[in-house]
Amino acid sequence: MTAIATERDVPTSYVFFAMLRRDIRVARRELPFFLVRTAMQPLLLMIVFGYLMPKLGVMQKGYTATLLPGVLALSLALSSVQSVALPMVAQFGFSKEIEDRLLAPIPNHLVALELIVAGTIQGMIAGIFVLPAGRLIMGAIPGLALSNLPHLLGITILGAATFSALGLVMGCAIQPQQIGLMFSSIISPMIFFGCTYYPWTALDKVPVMKYLVLVNPLVYVAEGMRGAITPDVPHMDPLVVALVLVGLLLLFWHVGKRAFLRRAIS
Amino acid sequence: MIETRALTKVYAAPAPRKTPTGPTGPTGRAPTAPNGPAGRGARASASIVALDGLDLEVREGEMFGLLGPNGAGKTTTIGILTTRVRATSGEACVAGRNVSTHDTAVRRLIGVVPQRPNPDRSLNVIENLVFHGAYFGIGTAESARRAIALLEKFEIAEKATAKVDDLSGGQQQRLMIARALLHEPEVIFLDEPTVGLDPQARHALWDVLRALHREGRTIVMTTHYMQEADALCDRIAIVDRGKLLACDTPAALTARAPGATLVDLTVEGDLAAAAARCRLVDGISAVDVVGSDLRAQSLRGGEALPALIRAVEDAGSRVQNINLAKPSLETLFISLTGRKLD
Repeated sequence: MTAIATERDVPTSYVFFAMLRRDIRVARRELPFFLVRTAMQPLLLMIVFGYLMPKLGVMQKGYTATLLPGVLALSLALSSVQSVALPMVAQFGFSKEIEDRLLAPIPNHLVALELIVAGTIQGMIAGIFVLPAGRLIMGAIPGLALSNLPHLLGITILGAATFSALGLVMGCAIQPQQIGLMFSSIISPMIFFGCTYYPWTALDKVPVMKYLVLVNPLVYVAEGMRGAITPDVPHMDPLVVALVLVGLLLLFWHVGKRAFLRRAIS
Repeated sequence: MIETRALTKVYAAPAPRKTPTGPTGPTGRAPTAPNGPAGRGARASASIVALDGLDLEVREGEMFGLLGPNGAGKTTTIGILTTRVRATSGEACVAGRNVSTHDTAVRRLIGVVPQRPNPDRSLNVIENLVFHGAYFGIGTAESARRAIALLEKFEIAEKATAKVDDLSGGQQQRLMIARALLHEPEVIFLDEPTVGLDPQARHALWDVLRALHREGRTIVMTTHYMQEADALCDRIAIVDRGKLLACDTPAALTARAPGATLVDLTVEGDLAAAAARCRLVDGISAVDVVGSDLRAQSLRGGEALPALIRAVEDAGSRVQNINLAKPSLETLFISLTGRKLD
């Protein structure tokens, strides 16, 4: 065996941030497509339910206060989960692009962690875009309070991170040919039963539904958003929201990390 | 520099995932890797033995070839040495570091050229190299300097800002080599580097590999092309069914090849009777029945052919096809494994 003359020590953090820089550069380049992909649906929802229908008198005017946090949660969750899952399905599945990063001198689970951090950032960017857009489309929102910034920031980061971790799980589990199926079987029910269009407390009238939807992580982000920006709308206790989201984040990370390592090393 | 001891890899997967392009990638679960010729069939259906106690030693500065048919275990061997596949048992070390316990240290020392180019398609050509450098702790300015030098060396400098999809297959393969070299690794692994390249691109790549070898780098490559292994490698390991069959210089291996030309006759009719007749032909040292073929070892090369055909016909059979193989790595391979390379 030959002794290696120079042991080049590479700080793990340097490699981690190099990968993050890569993801940010790619995201910045694809920003218009990214926004179309993730913000189109929330924007259309706001135009129809938050602008047109109240104008037509079909919806109550105050409905926008319920809708805005829901739509914000939706865009945050969708963009986070897609930012992680979609590239992963392709890069693990057929292009194998991820291999260059898997061969970098850092533990492979940090490559997975970096994907979650990048997804969280992208989710937050989608939120930052949708919030003012919503205000523009729907006009003055009754009871909108953006003063509790730490609360808003906290739920945004936690929600985006949880859904990025879910993206990791899905990115590892889904085969390229199943992407369409993922949207119709997982994402769509999640959107419709995610308390995005209606507050969770209003489900009192349909008790079965009220407890069934609790398996949906989007419920907690939407309710957390209501607590943060429209506190007058009845909403779930922010502490419960935070605890559940932290729990889900840890669960998804644990499952996603294991699945990632199984894909990374055979 | 590289050492493996009793390396074994058993894939638990009952059936390898079918991809339209066939078994590729460093995890390449070659579905053709059977569990021995016969007898262990029951277990083979539940798992695939890709490596079956492989011992290898690669010296520093050596150009080392792993030669074998598809499913021989070549890609799995590379996968283990490059930390992407975990061995079921046995040990593998690169530059004195155990690949399973010191994987990140090993990754720092190796450059990997995959079987199929896998550039980062979201980045352009030079970004691929610069970010790769960053993953190995090299600053942007230094990475860019090295990247430009490598692109010039591999004659793709004019494509520096192009999308990787705009590169031809050969150019993408050269980009992969440039990427593998950017962090100046001690060992370079290439998995079937010339598969899918046209002859011109293949020879250009050979020149690149020879130049790297002259620089004193340790190079490990897999191939199932005899000629490629013969032309490039200092030493060749012939592997099949996860086992090492022979390991030596191309010259020494060729010298070990049976001295006779192998004549394969595909025969319709009574093989045993035809074989018996053929054994009487002048200049034929041995005749074996291999499947529906007769394999004759001819000391007179192709000159014995008319007599062989007559002998088969005298036995009441007919020759449908003829194949000749001169003494070479190929005949050695056939004599070792009983089958042809591809």
